[in-house]
Amino acid sequence: MGKVIVCDGNEAAAWGVALARPDMVAVYPITPQSSLAEYISQFVADGIIKADLMDVEGEHSVLSVLQGAALAGARTFTASCGQGLAFMFEPYFRTPPLRLPIVMSIVTRDGITPQSVWGGQQDAMTVRETGWVHMHCENVQEVLDTVIMAFKIAEHRDVMLPVNVNHDGNYLSYGVEKVEVPDQEEVDVFLGEKNVNWHVALDPERPMGVDPLTGGAGGIGPSLFVKYRKGLCRGMQNALRVIEEVHREWGERFGRKWAPLVEEYRLDGADYAVVTIGSMSGAGKDAVDMARDEEGKRVGLIKMKTFRPFPRKALCEALSKVKAAGVVDRSVSFGWNSGPMYQEILSSMYFLSTPIPAISFIGGLAGADITVDHFRRVIDETQRVLEGGEVASEPIWLNEST
Amino acid sequence: MYEIRFHGRGGQGAVLASKILAKAMVEEGKYVKAIPSFGFERRGAPVAAYLRFADRVIRQTTNIYHPDCVVCLDPTLPRSVDIFEDIKGGGVWVQATKKALDEVQYPALLSRVGFCDAFGIALQVFGRPITNSIMLGSFARTTALVSMDSLVKAMGSVAFRDADLDKNIEAARRGYEESKVYDLRGGMEERA
Repeated sequence: MGKVIVCDGNEAAAWGVALARPDMVAVYPITPQSSLAEYISQFVADGIIKADLMDVEGEHSVLSVLQGAALAGARTFTASCGQGLAFMFEPYFRTPPLRLPIVMSIVTRDGITPQSVWGGQQDAMTVRETGWVHMHCENVQEVLDTVIMAFKIAEHRDVMLPVNVNHDGNYLSYGVEKVEVPDQEEVDVFLGEKNVNWHVALDPERPMGVDPLTGGAGGIGPSLFVKYRKGLCRGMQNALRVIEEVHREWGERFGRKWAPLVEEYRLDGADYAVVTIGSMSGAGKDAVDMARDEEGKRVGLIKMKTFRPFPRKALCEALSKVKAAGVVDRSVSFGWNSGPMYQEILSSMYFLSTPIPAISFIGGLAGADITVDHFRRVIDETQRVLEGGEVASEPIWLNEST
Repeated sequence: MYEIRFHGRGGQGAVLASKILAKAMVEEGKYVKAIPSFGFERRGAPVAAYLRFADRVIRQTTNIYHPDCVVCLDPTLPRSVDIFEDIKGGGVWVQATKKALDEVQYPALLSRVGFCDAFGIALQVFGRPITNSIMLGSFARTTALVSMDSLVKAMGSVAFRDADLDKNIEAARRGYEESKVYDLRGGMEERA
C-alpha cells in the first residue's frame, strides 16, 4: 500500500519517473510541460531521483543526449510538447528505428499559429506516424501509473521501442487530484531487471556498428532496409499484446485496472456510442450516465487509451456493439477535414462486417473546455444519425459558438 | 458535489489556494478535482481557479461554470470581473474586503456571505498583500466545510514562495477569527 498525496498531473508524472529509477533525464522546459521538468529537478536535488539530470540547450539535444545514454545502457526519460517537440523531431523519428526504449511524456499542447500556449493534442497527433508508442491518460492517477508501465512496455524484449505517455496540457498538467503513490519496493519488483542495450550498444566490450548506412538500389541494401522496417512494424504489433499484459499485471499488483487499449463504458444495451480520448473522457462518462439514467437514451462510450500502435481489433470489437458513433477529437486532421481519431476509426471500419455511420466532432483546441454540455450535444447529434439522419461531410466544431 | 470558484489577481495565490483547499478536503475524506483557469497569467491580472469536492470519485476534468461558492481574494476585483457569473441560487460568497455588507452590492440569490479584511491582515503578517491563506481561513469560518486543522495540515505540504509556513498558518487563523459572516435568505425557495 503506497502513500496518498494530492498533486497535479505533472507532479504525478514526476513521481512515476522517480519510482522507475531512471539513470538519466534530460529536459528543456516548455509550457505546459515546464513544471514537470521542475518537479524532476527538485526530486534530483532532494535525492529522490538518483539520476544524471542534463539541462541542455534545446529539445534536439535533449533527445540526442538520451539516445547516447540509452545506447550505453541507461534507463532514460524526458518530457516535451508543442514547439519543443517540433524542434526535437529529427532525433525523435530516429529513436524508434534505433529501437531505443526511451520514455517521454508529451504534455499535449495545441499547434501554432495563431499563437497559443494551451492544451490540445495537435502535437501528439502530428507525430503519430513515427514508430513511437502513444498512450493517452484520462486522469492524474492514470498519468502516474502509465509512466511506470511505459518503461516496462518500452523495455520488453518483444517491443524495444520508445513510448510517449500523453496527458492533456492544462487540464491534466495542472489539474489536481488525490493519487496513490505506490511503494518503491513493489515498483522495483514490477519493473524487474533492466537491460536496455542488449540489442544495440555503445560499449567498448561489445564493439558494433550502430545505425550504419543501409539501403540503396543494389546488393543487399533494399532487403536489409526492409528487414529493419518490418522489425519496427513487428515491434509495434507486439506492443499491442505487451501493453495488455503489462496493464493486467499492474491491475493485479496495484489494484487499479486501466483499460490498456480501448475502454468500453456502458456499451451493454447501447445503440450508439461516443468515442473519446484523454481527459475529456470523464465529462463524457458523466454525460452518458445522465443521458442513460435520466433520459433513457441508449448511449455508451468508447475511450481510446492506446493510439499507436492503433488497436484496430479492440476498437472494432467495441464498435461492433453499436450502430452509430460520435467521435470527439482534440486535434485536427487538415488532410481529411476531420479529427485524426475519426479518420482512423473510419479506416478500421473496413474490417467490420457492417460499417456504421459516424460523425466527427472537434473540441477542446488551444485550451478550450469540453464539458458535459458539449457531450450532450454530441450524444444528440449521434442519436440523430442513428435514426437515419444525414452524416455531415464536415466536422462539428464544439467550441465554435461557446 | 460542491463547486468553488476562486477569483484573484496574479501573485495573490488563487491557484495555490485551490490546491491547498483540495489537499484539506482530502484530509476531510473527500474526493477532489482542482483546475486553474488559463490565460496569460501575470502579476495583477485577473485569474481564476476551480475546485470540486464530493463523497465519490469526480470524473469530469473541466472548468466550473455554476459554482456553489465564490471566493474572491482581492477587494477591487469585483469592479472589473463579474465574480457572481452563474453562481447557483443559495450560493456563498467569501470576499476580501474591509467594508460591511450594507456598503456593497451583491445578487439577491446568496444565502451566506463572509467578509474579511484580508489586505489589512496581509500587510500586518507578510508586509505584502498576499491574501490566499487568509481567505482560506475566511472560507473555513464562512462555510464550516473544512476545519482549520485540515487546512493547517494541507498548508504543511505545499511550497510557499513568499513567506514561511508559520506565517501562512498565522494568516489563515486570523482570516478565520476576523471574518464577519452574514446569513441571508437568498435562494432559499430554490433550495427548498
